Amino acid sequence: MTDEFAVEMQDVVKRFTTPEGGILAAVNHVTMQIRDGEFFSLLGPSGCGKTTSLRMIAGFELPTEGKILIHGKDVSQIAPFQRPVNTVFQQYALFPHMTVEQNIGFGLEMKGVSKVERSARVSEALEMVRLPGMEMRKPKQLSGGQQQRIALARALVNKPEVLLLDEPLGALDLKLRKEMQLELKSLQREVGITFIYVTHDQEEALTMSDRIAVMSKGVALQVDKPEAIYERPATKFVADFIGETNFLDGVVRGQTGSTVEVDLPGTGTVYIESSRTFANGQQATVAVRPEKMTLNREISGGNNLTGRVEEVIYIGTDTHYGVRFAGSHKARVREQNVTQGQKALASIGDEAVVSFTRTSPRLLTE
Amino acid sequence: MTQKPNSLFVRISALLVYVFLYAPIIGLMLFSFNASRTNIFFGGFITQFGPLQMEGSTVVQSPCGPFHWFCELNKNAEVKQAAENTLTIAFVASISATIIGTFAAIALQRYNFRLKAFSQLALYIPIVIPEIVMGIGILVLFSQIFTILSGLTGARFSMGLPTVIVSHIAFCIPFVTLVVQARLQGFDKSYEEAAMDLGANELTTFWRVTFPMILPGVLSGALLAFTLSLDDFVITFFTTGPGSTTLPIYVYGLLRRIITPQVNALSTIWILIVFTAVLLLQWTENRKA
Repeated sequence: MTDEFAVEMQDVVKRFTTPEGGILAAVNHVTMQIRDGEFFSLLGPSGCGKTTSLRMIAGFELPTEGKILIHGKDVSQIAPFQRPVNTVFQQYALFPHMTVEQNIGFGLEMKGVSKVERSARVSEALEMVRLPGMEMRKPKQLSGGQQQRIALARALVNKPEVLLLDEPLGALDLKLRKEMQLELKSLQREVGITFIYVTHDQEEALTMSDRIAVMSKGVALQVDKPEAIYERPATKFVADFIGETNFLDGVVRGQTGSTVEVDLPGTGTVYIESSRTFANGQQATVAVRPEKMTLNREISGGNNLTGRVEEVIYIGTDTHYGVRFAGSHKARVREQNVTQGQKALASIGDEAVVSFTRTSPRLLTE
Repeated sequence: MTQKPNSLFVRISALLVYVFLYAPIIGLMLFSFNASRTNIFFGGFITQFGPLQMEGSTVVQSPCGPFHWFCELNKNAEVKQAAENTLTIAFVASISATIIGTFAAIALQRYNFRLKAFSQLALYIPIVIPEIVMGIGILVLFSQIFTILSGLTGARFSMGLPTVIVSHIAFCIPFVTLVVQARLQGFDKSYEEAAMDLGANELTTFWRVTFPMILPGVLSGALLAFTLSLDDFVITFFTTGPGSTTLPIYVYGLLRRIITPQVNALSTIWILIVFTAVLLLQWTENRKA
């Protein structure tokens, strides 16, 4: 086992007994490797198993099956206080009866660091989160954003091998959240510690992460870089969860090399470039991002479908056009408002042509 | 939501409730300054200081002035012994019950075990069953144990302070447990997880994080146990023995003989102590928020 990976989950399963007596697999055979020094996000809707995975790495839950390794060492069954990781909790969990200094110094105290060194390192940590001089405050006297930074300092002061963050920005308002996203990212680069970040916010994950694991129903559907997750989603769930996607359901009618012919019943036929091999008659979904479609600007050698404009939504930078085709298909087209005083490309009720290249869509079967 | 009670009816009703609650207490306290020793009517205050002078059953002059009956009480060795017993029992019982009750509350709140639901329910029963039933039950239990022990060792055992203390601990535990459990219910487990995450083992986590955070609940449980033990009559009555008379038992004994304002003086002091304890209880409760 090399030390290239900070954390490895090997075929990890976590089953819970529900209050009704049933058995729920919160995490179902998850295998993933998190590289050293990486900002790694676990992304998914609530109940997808992302928090359970994080809690198993922290040691608050023990896996039912499988192994968890931290820098090559099997920690699957050891207690949280014996693991070289620290956690930033969703509600921060700052000890209310202790001062900021005592909170941040708690981990060092447990390690037996002397009082003098402790107070020096606490001040250092407070500098790092840009809250110097806050030592004597009580958590209650701090704002949500400040508490968040203290929680971060309390974890980072211990110089953990891996920092675990459980939706730490969830309780902050939007503006503060955006600021903290960038700050967290630059902090991570500065300290060089592996961050594992749990979030349900896809934008947050895309902004901050080096790599993302998209989870659903206890399974890791795709683990990849943000642009790969966005551009080449592996499943319909991923395509839908990350950004906006138009799904056009159809049937494969043939394949010549990498070009697949897909019939969209009632709407028309499209040609899609795909590296995969499809069988004739196979159900498949053409997934196209709204910004990769154009309205009334036909692409020669591309796919051009005629439909009727159902809605026009102006949102400042873009205008969104909802188009319904002859079949049951619908698409949303996003056109950027590039020039001053640009007129809408179409109005409600107009017939319009929706175009996209053969390489833009993903052809998905699951 | 708070609005002023505009209805006259509401105001008068509320006033009457307080009158009924406090008139006897105030009357009782007033009578502890009674010049008449017959305590049936109020013979005015003792206003003159000096050597004791009496006119019939009325005290005209006393070395302690209006506090005559308090001084008399102070001379009464039986009362002092009873007060000492009462406080000893209350302290030992409330501290022991608090320790046991707190651990019971943590066990019931945190862990899953067989008979958990039964254990919880079994805690309520001593609270709801008549105290006299508890008292008789404890009496029977002790006499059985003593019979067996005497048979085994040949020594004689009798009721006394230890039996009173054990039974007080027993009836205080459920109250402490329920109060501490209420506090634990609002306790977010992530504080403990955070402590463990930062390298504290289970024991350190308990002493450094859990205990300080539930301390207000533990303190109010302890104060509740203390006041319950302090004024318990029924259970004490069944478990007391020679030399372990408590104040409630002593007062009851006095009343059967002669009622002098000494009893009132004793009650006044007692009320002040309990009142202070209740204020402390309130204060710790408020600190929860």
